[in-house]
Amino acid sequence: MPVNIVKLTYREALRRALREEMQRDENVYMMGEDIGVYGGAFGVSLGLMEEFGKEKIKDTPLSESVIVGAALGSALTGMRPVAEIMFMDFITIGMDQLINQAAKIHYMYGGKARVPMVLRTAGGSGTGAAAQHSQSLEALLCHIPGLKVVMPSTPYDALGLLKSSIRDDNPVVFIEHKLLYSQKGEMPQSEYLVSLGEAKVKRQGTDATIVAFSIMVPKALAAADKLSKEGISIEVIDPRTLVPLDSQRIVNSVKKTHRLLIVHEACGRGGFGAEILAQVEESEAFDYLDAPIRRLTGRNIPIPYSPGLERRTVPQEDDIIQAVSKLVVSE
Amino acid sequence: MQPSRSALVQMYKQMLTIRRFEEKVAEFLVKGIIYGTGHLYIGEEAVAVGACRAIKPDDYITSTHRGHGHCIAKGADLNRMMSELLGKATGYCKGKGGSMHIADVEAGNLGANGVVGGGIPIACGAGITIKMKGLKRVVLCFFGDGAVNQGVFHESLNLASVWNLPVIFICENNQYAMSTATRIAFNIEDLSLRAASYGMPGVKVDGNDVLRVYEEISKAVAHARDGKGPSFVVCQTYRWKGHSRSDAEKYRTRQEVAKWKKNCPLKRFGGYLLDKGILSEEEMGQIEGEVISSIKQAVDFAQDSPFPSLETLEEDVYAS
Ligand SMILES: Cc1ncc(C[n+]2csc(CCOP(=O)(O)OP(=O)(O)O)c2C)c(N)n1
Repeated sequence: MPVNIVKLTYREALRRALREEMQRDENVYMMGEDIGVYGGAFGVSLGLMEEFGKEKIKDTPLSESVIVGAALGSALTGMRPVAEIMFMDFITIGMDQLINQAAKIHYMYGGKARVPMVLRTAGGSGTGAAAQHSQSLEALLCHIPGLKVVMPSTPYDALGLLKSSIRDDNPVVFIEHKLLYSQKGEMPQSEYLVSLGEAKVKRQGTDATIVAFSIMVPKALAAADKLSKEGISIEVIDPRTLVPLDSQRIVNSVKKTHRLLIVHEACGRGGFGAEILAQVEESEAFDYLDAPIRRLTGRNIPIPYSPGLERRTVPQEDDIIQAVSKLVVSE
Repeated sequence: MQPSRSALVQMYKQMLTIRRFEEKVAEFLVKGIIYGTGHLYIGEEAVAVGACRAIKPDDYITSTHRGHGHCIAKGADLNRMMSELLGKATGYCKGKGGSMHIADVEAGNLGANGVVGGGIPIACGAGITIKMKGLKRVVLCFFGDGAVNQGVFHESLNLASVWNLPVIFICENNQYAMSTATRIAFNIEDLSLRAASYGMPGVKVDGNDVLRVYEEISKAVAHARDGKGPSFVVCQTYRWKGHSRSDAEKYRTRQEVAKWKKNCPLKRFGGYLLDKGILSEEEMGQIEGEVISSIKQAVDFAQDSPFPSLETLEEDVYAS
């Protein structure tokens, strides 16, 4: 490992981003349930209260609605709050403040006010937490003009995207995945940013493109590795931010590979995969397609508890291999 | 209003069942036999048992993420509970719900809840049904101190009050919401003061004294059955174990935990029963034996049960 490269977990990368931004800008502060001495349910803010004090790391009462609304109110008046909602499922409790208020203020007020807030939250299944602690609700948010939606899949991206989200002048919902917190990855020791709206080609390939985000990126990459042993060359693209979406990079890839599979954990019905599919269909890539675009998504059911059921509810590596295998033979 | 001798013995047995059941769950969480998370009720047994003793089998309860105690006190079948915790097809929710979602609507248990405060308006809804159908029932609505700061708590207590709903709101004040001490989350010490702002009776009781809980809830139940509407009862108690599966417990001291353990609701009640000559040491030993064997039976039943088949995965999304 070169001297200027460090290896951090996704959790540590997020913490580094928070620390750097709080050091850089005195208006940045955090609030949320149990983020202080507990360090947040997933340990992201562990140690930050000791470092920055209770004024900057605010433990809130158990009140999601006011967490979202108060973040908005302080953002409107000059602060840059990073609010944490412990589980993505509970953003629903703050939904009025997020959807009816935060998302719309800049536009409704004729562009004369801004809401530079970040709402961090943990989504996804795979921990046996069942139907009310495992959802992937990004499609609800992507539907709302005015919100930006970020879903990092690596420690590198988590760090760079969180810093950019904090500096963005809009409400950004930053969706972390529970199963990624302990994943390790490399990044420069020196400061860097990852811009919102820039997809990343995670792996070059020629036979088909997989667009995957969040936890589905490592699964797609693992599947692509196995497929390469069978002589199938897969390009994997991680949009990293769903809003704004870098559709051009996806379109370019499809023009090269002529086949597209979109993979996400959330339910298929009304899922963000449908939006990506439509955008590619409506683009110049349409004429290049050699097969219908396919989606591989979570089933249209609540997340069940029992481990065997839970696993079968969302796409796994083998499902991706199967879906790609079908896609590359179809005309 | 003292319960009969046999009721007292039953109460003791239930408290002990909760304690031993939860100890088994704790063991299974550590060993990974239980896959998801679990929130243990150890130390708070007197609340569920005292409160549920004050109602009849056809009354309703709503419960929380920390719901095993309410479930047992409402008369749940340990076999089906343990099966649910192990994710088995024979569980209360066919393995689909797990610890945070055990429910038995037919038996009046409207469900545990993964969302803090989620059960409070549901209790109001059950209260509406009771009134509209002219049933003589009541609802016991359990929740923690954390839930008292959810917006829906305020909306629900107000609605119950203005509509005169037969709901008893029971706050289990175990001093913490996860790591957040009540002294951080509230600027009042006595949470029952909030009742005044909704125009309903509010009272704070020693939640580790099962007979005091029984007495206060009985009064509130009588009040509701008389058509006089809701009450708010705050039971002061303590969570002995960590919040859930993993908890470094940096937010409290060992001395504090030890102090509360000395105030064990089970020991207190056991001591009372011995003092009054209601139970002998020998009878207590016998009860202990029965409880242990019922839990062993539940574990065997759960472990022998099959996991749900994959065919059930997409069943029950919609009612047909
Ligand atoms: C709406 C919501 N926010 C956060 C959580 C995560 N969480 C689960 S239990 C809990 C603390 C609840 O405290 P309290 O209501 O006092 O009940 P206790 O756990 O002490 O029994 C938290 C923050 C949740 N389940 N639901």
